[in-house]
Amino acid sequence: MKRTLKYSGVVLASALLASAAASASDELLNMQKNADDWVMPTGNYANQRYSELDQINKDNVGDLNVAWTFSTGVLRGHEGGPLVIGDTMYVHTPFPNIVYALDLNDDGRIIWKYEPKQDPDTIPVMCCDTVNRGVAYGDGKIILHQADTSVVALNAKTGAVEWKVANGDPKMGETGTAAPMVVKDKVLIGISGGEFGVRGSMTAYNIKDGSRVWRAYSMGPDSDILVDPEKTTHLGEPVGKDSGTNTWEGDQWKIGGGTTWGWFAYDAELDLVYYGTGNPSTWNPAQRPGDNRWSMAIFARNPDTGMAKWVYQMTPHDEWDFDGVNEMILSDQEVGGQMRKLLVHFDRNGFGYSLDRDNGQLLVAEKFDPVVNWATHVDLKTGRPQVVAKYSTDQNGEDVNTTGVCPAALGSKDQQPAAFSPKSGLHYVPTNHVCMDYEPFRVSYTAGQPYVGATLSMYPGPDGDHMGNFIAWDATEGKIVWSKKEKFSVWSGALATAGDVVFYGTLEGYLKAVDSKTGDELYKFKTPSGIIGNVTTYMQGGKQYIAILSGVGGWAGIGLAAGLTDPNAGLGAVGGYAALSNYTALGGQLTVFAVD
Amino acid sequence: MKFRLPLMFAFALALLLPGVAVQSNEIASSEDGKYFDADDNPTYKIGEDGTVDWFTYSGFRRYHSECHVCHGPDALGSSFAPGLAESLNTMDYEGFLEVVINGREKVGASDNSKMPSFGVNRNVICYLDDIYVYLKARSDGALDRGRPRKKEAKSDATREEENECLAD
Repeated sequence: MKRTLKYSGVVLASALLASAAASASDELLNMQKNADDWVMPTGNYANQRYSELDQINKDNVGDLNVAWTFSTGVLRGHEGGPLVIGDTMYVHTPFPNIVYALDLNDDGRIIWKYEPKQDPDTIPVMCCDTVNRGVAYGDGKIILHQADTSVVALNAKTGAVEWKVANGDPKMGETGTAAPMVVKDKVLIGISGGEFGVRGSMTAYNIKDGSRVWRAYSMGPDSDILVDPEKTTHLGEPVGKDSGTNTWEGDQWKIGGGTTWGWFAYDAELDLVYYGTGNPSTWNPAQRPGDNRWSMAIFARNPDTGMAKWVYQMTPHDEWDFDGVNEMILSDQEVGGQMRKLLVHFDRNGFGYSLDRDNGQLLVAEKFDPVVNWATHVDLKTGRPQVVAKYSTDQNGEDVNTTGVCPAALGSKDQQPAAFSPKSGLHYVPTNHVCMDYEPFRVSYTAGQPYVGATLSMYPGPDGDHMGNFIAWDATEGKIVWSKKEKFSVWSGALATAGDVVFYGTLEGYLKAVDSKTGDELYKFKTPSGIIGNVTTYMQGGKQYIAILSGVGGWAGIGLAAGLTDPNAGLGAVGGYAALSNYTALGGQLTVFAVD
Repeated sequence: MKFRLPLMFAFALALLLPGVAVQSNEIASSEDGKYFDADDNPTYKIGEDGTVDWFTYSGFRRYHSECHVCHGPDALGSSFAPGLAESLNTMDYEGFLEVVINGREKVGASDNSKMPSFGVNRNVICYLDDIYVYLKARSDGALDRGRPRKKEAKSDATREEENECLAD
C-alpha cells in the first residue's frame, strides 16, 4: 500500500514538472510585466530597467527616507541588485557568493541563506575584484553563478541545491561574475577571464537538471562559434567560412579572449538572445594581427540552438581594451521616419550604437562623451571605426607609450547598465570621463596566469575637474540631451520610473534621484559605502520601495581608490584626481528607501 | 626573566635582517646597468634630473601590467589589495620574493584576500628584480607617481638575460 502511494506520488511530481517545463518561458514573460516585482537582474528581458511604478515621483522623491537596511556580511565590490518576487527578496554577495532570501513581510528576516564553499585560489584569478552581478529566477529556482564558475540551482522556497554544474575551470583563469538569464527552459551563462587568455563562450543549460544544451564560443571554427557561413550575417552580408579563425594569426584564437561577462537580453517575438563579447587577449595588439573576430562583437542567437542570426563587431582588432560586453537595451522607436525594433548599446569604446535588432543593420553610431578621440566616426556601411593614427597603440607599436587616449581602458561606460524610459523615449547612461596612456609590450602565455601585456595610466578627461557624467541620450539621433557632472565615474546601474524620476548611485556612496526631463537633482542620500550596484524598485504591501546595494570595489575601486595619476601634482590631489579612499570604505549593505 | 630571551632574540634578528631598518639606498655596486646595495640586493638609481635606471623603469611597466589590476596604480593600493609602496616598508627583498613566488592567503570571517603564486609566470618571474626596485623606489619616496620621464638605456646583457628567461 505504502509502496503504491509512493509510486503514484512520483508520477504526479514528474507530471507537474513536465507542465512547468512547457510554461517556464511564459512564466517569466508574464512575471516581468508585474511592476510590483523585480524578477530578473535586468528588470525585464529588454534590459530597460524601467518601472511603471509612480508612487514615488518627481514631486515627492525629495521626501524619500531609509525604510530598512541589511548588512550582507561581505566586504568587496557589490555589483548587481536584488530580485523581488512576491514577498521575498533575494540578495547576493561578492565572493564567497552568499545568497539570502529575505522576508519582506517581516522586516527582512532571513528565510534562508546559502553559502557555497569555494577554493580561495579563485580570488586572485578574478581580474578587478571578486564581484558578482546577481542571481536569476526561473521555474521555482534561484540560479547562482559562482566565482569558481559553478552554476547552482537553489530551490527558491528553501535554498536547497537542486542541481550544480561547472561551467569552466578557475585554474585556467576562467571565473564567473555575470548574472545568468533564464530564457524559455534554459539558463544562459557567460564567462570571465579575458585578462587570463580565456576563450570566451556563452552556454545554455537546461533549467530542469543543469544539462548542457549548447555552447557558442566567441572565436574558433564555425562548429565552435555556432554560425552558418551562408545564413549568419554581419551588416547584411554572410559571414562566410571560418570567420572565427581567419582573422587570427596561428592558434592565437585558442587564447583569444572575447569573454561574455556583461548583460544579456531576449526578444521573445523575434526569438533572439543578445549579448556582447569582450576584448581579445592579450592587450598587446602586435601579438594578434587581424580583426580578431568575434571579440568586441554583439551576437544575436537563437536561444534553443545557439545558432547566430547576426553578429556585429564594434572594435575590430582592439588596441585599447574596449570590451563589447555592455548591455543591449531593446526598444521600439522611430529612426529616420521609420519604426524600428532597436537594440541600443553603449560601448566601452565611447560610441552609442543603435541597430535594427532583427537583422543587425547599423542605424546610428555617435559618441556619448564628446572627448572620445581614438576614432573620428563609425562608417555606418562597413561598421568600422575610423581610427586616429596618433591614438593607435598598434600603429605606434610595442614599447611605445601612446598618450592622451579617450576613453581609458575602463571605457566611456563599463558594465554599469543604463536605463530606458518608454515614457520619455530617452536612455539614461552612467558614464566614465577618464582618459589614458597605454603602452603595449610582449608577454608570454601561461595557463591560469594574467595575460595582459600593456601598461596604462589613467587621468580625468581634458577638462580635468571630474571623472564621470550621468547623461540622457536620444538613441534615434545619437545625441546627448542633458549631462550631469559627477566627481567620480558613475559605476552604478540606473533606474527609470513612470514617476519621471531617474535613480543612480555614485562611487562616494550617494543614492541620487534626478528629474528625467532635465537631470536636475531632486534627492541624495549617502549610504555607508560606494555604490557600484544597480538601483531596483518594487511594490510591497501597497508601498513603493527603492533598493540599492552599497559596497565599493570592482575595477572602479581598484583604479580610483588611490586617485588618478597626476604627474604634476604633489600629495592631496583634488578635483578630477581625488582619491576615492578619502570618501568611502569597504562594506556591503542593502539600503531600502520609501516615502512615508 | 621569562621575557628576556625572546626580546633579545628579536633585537638580534633586527640587526641581522637588512630590510627591517629603513634603507638609505646607498648604491654599493653596479653591473651592466643594474645597481646593488651593500647587502647585494638590487636597488634603484635615480639621478638628479630624474633619470631612472632601466630596471626601475621596466619595473614600472611590469607592475602596471601584472600587479596593477589588483594593487592599484603607482603601488598605492586599492579596494581589493594592499598598497605595495607601503608594504615594502616592512618587507625585505627575500620576503618580497617569497610572497610573489609562493603567494599568500588571508581568508576568514572578515577577509577574503589571496595573493596568487606567480612562480610559473614568466611575465613576472623574469622581472622580479625590476618590480622590486620600482616598488622600493616608490616605498622610499624616491620616485613620484606616474611614468618615469627619463631612463637609462637597456644594456645588451639585460636584453640577453631577458630573452633567455622568456625563452626556456
